[in-house]
Amino acid sequence: MDTATQEPLTGETLKIVMVGHVDHGKSTLVGRLLHDTGFIPENKMKFVQKVCEDQGKGFEFAFLLDGLEEERDQGITIDVAQMFFKSKKRNYVIIDAPGHKEFLKNMISGASAADVALLMIDAEEGIQEQSKRHAYILSLLGIRQIAIVMNKMDLVNYSEKVFNETKEAYAKHLADIGVKPTAVIPISAYHGENVLQKSAKMPWYTGPTILEILDNFETHEDRTKLAFRFPVQDVYKFDKRRIIAGRIESGRAKIGDEVVFLPSGKATKIKTIEKWNAKAPDHVEAGESVGFTMEEQIFIERGEMGCVASQKASVADRFWANIFWMGNKHLQKGGKYLLKVATQEVECVIESIHRVINSSTLEEISKNAHEVAKNEVAEILISTKKPIAFDTFDEVPETGRFVIVHEHDVRGGGIILKKAEHFSAI
Amino acid sequence: MDHLDRLEHQSVFILREAHKKFKKLAMLWSIGKDSNVLLWLARKAFYGHVPVPLVHIDTSYKMPEMIAFRDKYAKEWGVNLIVGQNKQALAEGMNYTKTRMVCCTALKTQGLQQIMEEHDFKGLILGIRRDEETTRSKERYFSPRDKNFEWDFKDQPPELWDQFKTNFDENTHIRIHPLLHWTEVNVWEYIQRENIPVVDLYFSKNGKRYRSLGCAPCTFPIESKASNIAEIITELKATKTSERAGRAQDQEDTYAMQKLRAKGYM
Repeated sequence: MDTATQEPLTGETLKIVMVGHVDHGKSTLVGRLLHDTGFIPENKMKFVQKVCEDQGKGFEFAFLLDGLEEERDQGITIDVAQMFFKSKKRNYVIIDAPGHKEFLKNMISGASAADVALLMIDAEEGIQEQSKRHAYILSLLGIRQIAIVMNKMDLVNYSEKVFNETKEAYAKHLADIGVKPTAVIPISAYHGENVLQKSAKMPWYTGPTILEILDNFETHEDRTKLAFRFPVQDVYKFDKRRIIAGRIESGRAKIGDEVVFLPSGKATKIKTIEKWNAKAPDHVEAGESVGFTMEEQIFIERGEMGCVASQKASVADRFWANIFWMGNKHLQKGGKYLLKVATQEVECVIESIHRVINSSTLEEISKNAHEVAKNEVAEILISTKKPIAFDTFDEVPETGRFVIVHEHDVRGGGIILKKAEHFSAI
Repeated sequence: MDHLDRLEHQSVFILREAHKKFKKLAMLWSIGKDSNVLLWLARKAFYGHVPVPLVHIDTSYKMPEMIAFRDKYAKEWGVNLIVGQNKQALAEGMNYTKTRMVCCTALKTQGLQQIMEEHDFKGLILGIRRDEETTRSKERYFSPRDKNFEWDFKDQPPELWDQFKTNFDENTHIRIHPLLHWTEVNVWEYIQRENIPVVDLYFSKNGKRYRSLGCAPCTFPIESKASNIAEIITELKATKTSERAGRAQDQEDTYAMQKLRAKGYM
């Protein structure tokens, strides 16, 4: 079933992340999928065949993605690879994330870019530490469409009994974190069973194949119906125009609309929508990088967030959040960090750490803690040096999430749960 | 929005972040199709202006058509062009017979390093794409290089929700890759839609055309009848060969690109 040379029905692109425990076969499935749909160039196939021969082993589909020497020597994925393919229905970007605990930051980098996820478990090995942790991270990142792939069915003689037992145990864990899988698919990535075609070895399974489940996923959510949010990226004065530049994160706007910039509260109307080498449109919407000129020359800088007056974002200097920590140094209560929310950057203090959770077992590690270690998740109260504009993650995901920067790098990511009253609790 | 619009808006967002965050910023202009698209996107992002200098690393072995194209459009588009060349290596007789890894490192990587140091650039925008080859499929949009110009591919910083690495130590720099999410076909579709000029080495003459451009001794044309953009797009949608198959440096060693790029190659 070579779909490489066919034009898909729609021009849309869906981004899928492949997650799960190390060695459960994520890269093998991606390699198999790209190979069977005709997306691997012949010279690359020959090249990988030679690498496998040199190593004295059979063909490794994973090596089509794991291209670093260290990855092939150790048979492990170190960093995320993003590959392109298409079905008869649409285009896909497939993001192959590493399953080793040490590379969780890379898994998070990959998963944060995805619309949907395939969560892989090994039928023989069963549920492992990262099987649980990755599911929880997906739920924190707000990825709602998740399918479970049970791989290596060949190693358990394609047993329906093993499949049902593991499926049940995993479903129970997923229910605890509010994840409801759209399907659970038994496969053998290595042998290509249930990948493109229904497997004759598992007649007891009547559900979708991998390719069918991908095509069954819904496209990413429409942000144009949410409240208008326009974080200002920059202000340009290259010529006589003064252009407010940024990306519309949600909602839509047209010429003449009133925009309130927060946290300053300054307001004016959109005068023009600027374009180069294209006809200027009269309206723009979520996902577009735009430039406006305004009717009044108000002073606006990067970090202000343009909002529709009837549905303004919150402005506060304290909020509750869920965070996942990726830094080698622990996140400290009372510690000062750089907080980035959309285009805002502000110094913040971790005011309290309400509770810390083991992101794999979901056990509560501590209450009123002093620190959060790498790979742990916590509910915290953050206070910022000056008020910032934001939404809760449930209202507008793009303006309700943030990263924490420490010593030049992103060390943590989080989602905003609710605004906190100023010094209410203390 | 169609798929080209989505690609364009994401690239414009990245270019604007780079421009805002880096005072000492440059863009690499290899004269190939990708860097021409990149330059076009910059003019979109900044409303006809190109507020960063363009750097061209001239190995002295580039095809003459590329140099002619560069000089014509640099003038026509009014860009600030900086041409770099590792003159010492050339004077000592550097060429590809000393192995391509050695030659690419001297004339491209070190040529680039010299210009970066001379101008103290802290950010460098490049038109690489994830679908070109395996190490690039693992790249970040904002990708740090250390004080030795090296890429630590085994320990890349997290990058999530378009919050990029814009804070860094002195003596290091950041590579910015606004085209990372485009495919080869996307690039040609966009060139067609926007009517972007490209060197005519890409179009078939006497049954051959270049699919990827580089230095004359190390770049080979492919068998092709595609003599216009529409025919190139049709050809690429049916091809079973990879884009850089005609680039000799990629084939010299199993991990040639990894080794070159770890040292600071594009």
